[in-house]
Amino acid sequence: MADTMQWNDTGFLEEVQQRSGTPVSACLQCHKCSTGCPVGQEMDYLPSQVMRLVHLGAESEALNSRAIWLCASCAACSTRCPMEIDVAGVMDTLRIMAIDRQVALPDAHGQQFNSSFLRSVRWHGRVFEMGMLAEYKLRSGDLFADMDKVPQMLTKGKLALLPSDGGDASGARVIFKRAEEEEKSSS
Amino acid sequence: MKYAFFPGCSLESTAWDFDLSTRAVFRALDIELQDIPGWVCCGSTAAHSSNASLSVALPVFNLQKAQAMGLPVMTACASCYGRLRTANHKVLHTPADRAEAERVTGHPYDGSVAVHHVLDVLVNQVGLDYIQAKISRAFSGLKVASYYGCLLTRPPEIAAFDNPEHPMTMDNLVAATGAQPVDWPYKTECCGAGLSMTHTEVVCRLGHRLLSMAREAGAECVVVACPMCQVNLDMRQADATKAHGVLPATPVMYITQLLGLALGLSRKELGLEALTVSADALLDSAAVKEKA
Repeated sequence: MADTMQWNDTGFLEEVQQRSGTPVSACLQCHKCSTGCPVGQEMDYLPSQVMRLVHLGAESEALNSRAIWLCASCAACSTRCPMEIDVAGVMDTLRIMAIDRQVALPDAHGQQFNSSFLRSVRWHGRVFEMGMLAEYKLRSGDLFADMDKVPQMLTKGKLALLPSDGGDASGARVIFKRAEEEEKSSS
Repeated sequence: MKYAFFPGCSLESTAWDFDLSTRAVFRALDIELQDIPGWVCCGSTAAHSSNASLSVALPVFNLQKAQAMGLPVMTACASCYGRLRTANHKVLHTPADRAEAERVTGHPYDGSVAVHHVLDVLVNQVGLDYIQAKISRAFSGLKVASYYGCLLTRPPEIAAFDNPEHPMTMDNLVAATGAQPVDWPYKTECCGAGLSMTHTEVVCRLGHRLLSMAREAGAECVVVACPMCQVNLDMRQADATKAHGVLPATPVMYITQLLGLALGLSRKELGLEALTVSADALLDSAAVKEKA
């Protein structure tokens, strides 16, 4: 973390508000989101602190934070916010902006998992877990984590050996292509 | 009563027993489920963390398929439920999101297809009286913690069928089976959901907290209605107790498995062999009252 935060003008706040569709500027720092957050103790910035970073225009601190990738999207924060800020939605926006701006992530596991997951859906229409997990392991380098679970999952029929062929895979591919074009034109 | 069924990807793999038991329970209740032909993944957390347009278009693509069937949608997965309902909410309230979803899917959509979760259908549409009349093997004294997790009740403008902080639908279903729902404070705390692979240590900590509290409240087992809650509490239970302290092994069943047993279905018909922490010993010892 830099010793001195480089604050910009209100451009960052405006962009986050526009993309998330939620009034981050209304945050009055009551910290209700942070006290209810299940992963607060693992975060570098608590959710209310992330909101404050957005106010301050501390773009680099917000987009480089571990917090946005530890957020489990449980929406306890959004449910309890007295100012009706969709805090979990802001976390989504910050993750998307971090990828768009090719920030060097302090912890890339979340992004590696998400892209392995989406490639599986793009290709098969549905998640093919065996293929998705193999890709995630190669990307993340976590080759041995959870390998002890595989034999039991196979015996219990919890990991399919072949992708499901029931999904409208060609339809899904068109949607992925067009959605990427939409994102490019909006960011 | 008939529903367009959106099982979701988990129900084809880690949660095949949720799929089997949901279909078996609905057959036993004489309610027809028709799978949405060619359904695709809702995009889940991966999509809403990566591409806002995709996160709405994938659910809308499925809702358009359901609209052609002329039926309300029922889904079993809490994440699918959240994504389908969020897409409807955006299409209904944000014209720009609707226009974008229509451009991406190539078809019109007005946000009007109703989306329900299994719990919502069972309690609010089928009704507890109807279910109770079909119970043939009522439990007696089995103590059960109903665990809702996050997305079944949150955020309340999306998931609107129960109270976001103190839901009761699953507890009421447990009571209908004759089992005893325990009152406990963590029923809507998050299990870590999609962090299961990327931040396993966090999921083990959260799972251990949940299981300890369920035990402290007197529960002998936990029921869930979400594939991620089940995996995180069941398959990761041994890792959680190894990292954070010994607990009695606690079976984590789907609500449809517990309900199915009370409706007279066999363990095999409900896929109970899929559990990592077996429920067999608990069920063998549980008192049951047979009804004619």
